[in-house]
Amino acid sequence: MNWEIVGIWLGALVTLCLYSFLYRDNPYYKFAEHLFVGMSAGYWVIYSIFNVLIPNWWDNMLPEGGGFNWIWVIPGLFALFMLARMVPRIAGLSRLALGMIVGTGAGLNMLTFFQSNALAQVKGTIFSVATGGVWSIFSSLVLVVGVVSGLVYFFFSKAHTGFTGKTANVGITILMVAFGASFGYTIMARLSLLIGRCTFLLEDWLPTIPRLLGIGG
Amino acid sequence: MADIFTRMGNLDRRIIFILIALAVIIPILTDLIIPNIVGAEPSRDLFEFVDALPPGSNVILSFDYDPSTMPELQPMAEAVVRHLFLKDHRIIGMALWPQGAALGQDAMSSLSDSLGKEQYLDWVNLGYKTGGGVMIVRLGTSMRAIFPTDRDNVPWSEIPMLQGINSLDDIQLVISLSAGDPGIIAWVMMAGDRYDIPIGGGCTAVSAPQLYTYLQTEQMVGLLGGLKGAADYETLVGIENGEAIRGMSPQSVAHIAIMLFIIIGNIAYFTQKRKGGAR
Repeated sequence: MNWEIVGIWLGALVTLCLYSFLYRDNPYYKFAEHLFVGMSAGYWVIYSIFNVLIPNWWDNMLPEGGGFNWIWVIPGLFALFMLARMVPRIAGLSRLALGMIVGTGAGLNMLTFFQSNALAQVKGTIFSVATGGVWSIFSSLVLVVGVVSGLVYFFFSKAHTGFTGKTANVGITILMVAFGASFGYTIMARLSLLIGRCTFLLEDWLPTIPRLLGIGG
Repeated sequence: MADIFTRMGNLDRRIIFILIALAVIIPILTDLIIPNIVGAEPSRDLFEFVDALPPGSNVILSFDYDPSTMPELQPMAEAVVRHLFLKDHRIIGMALWPQGAALGQDAMSSLSDSLGKEQYLDWVNLGYKTGGGVMIVRLGTSMRAIFPTDRDNVPWSEIPMLQGINSLDDIQLVISLSAGDPGIIAWVMMAGDRYDIPIGGGCTAVSAPQLYTYLQTEQMVGLLGGLKGAADYETLVGIENGEAIRGMSPQSVAHIAIMLFIIIGNIAYFTQKRKGGAR
């Protein structure tokens, strides 16, 4: 049996089952959906055990050369604490593990996130006007006006009337343009996925049909 | 005339699905190629940055995606790998997403032989490591501590191209091909801003608008956004009829179809509104 062709046919049938939802909800779609969710869950469990848990924890606790690194018992315990959520009487233990994750994340990100996503962006907005040619200066002015008027739109401590109202209107227009650009990119992304599936069906799957029927090469 | 637009406004969505499917299928079947013109875009910035690096530079190529975004990111990966090989740079592949390591292996190994490159001398795949941003911070102090072996369990000390590389300080460029989090943003924050390593990237079209802000502030040296970015890089590298370039034809036709639907939908809306029908 040619397993490559079996794989292509399975891929094609499941793809068609999923696209059948575009007509209306049906059992074939449900089957493919449940198959996908079930297989993903199973795949991730096995993948996590063999590619995360064993190399990063088990192999460190019990090295190949022998011995036992007891310090690695601690992350193992924390992992078990996470599962304690399923037992109401000891569910509080999971907070220890969660606290550690949240604390590490917050500590690591607090300064870096502020530096990368707030300070650097503010600096980029302020200094952008001072550099480049005419087009660059125009583009920087659009950026500054866009940022300021966008912020004014979200400033609710003053009624949006008069100058404030006009600035807020500019802000909402700029926001709409940004959402439009974002929407366009989203369509491009979704179409790329559709193109990928169509290319697979037309260039990989369709040529196998004459081969299976014994027509042509 | 107004009636036609009103009827169009109430068109069964399944007809629109069929039209979009045809807009994609027909260009594929007819091998339609629409020339891809690359202007002064972030994709050109990334290409020029890679081009300007001295031969033998160490470049981390992080495959931070999985098969669900392959149509956009795999052509990007292949074009970037080809360019890095052609410029004689050394590729250190790794992944912040579990399945990215296998996809990266495909991209590098498929081009390695045809371009006369050797695994462990010109490229290596260190594989997947969990941790995202935390892991990147640790790379800044010791890469060997994070990756004692490569994806095939070959020890770091036995890989010739890695000798002399200790931390991110020895890396001249990081390129993250990213489908989400962890991905480009983690690299910008933890490697770019923290250790001053140049960061380039390629991403799905959905996340491109969010990442443009890092270009303006020069926190990134270049960006490939979606299939268009991949097609740009293929064009710049000189790949004829690449996967992304071929994908741009159905992409363009489908976009034209969608724009027509938007125009028709708006005319129908305003026609109905004038009649007092639409709310």
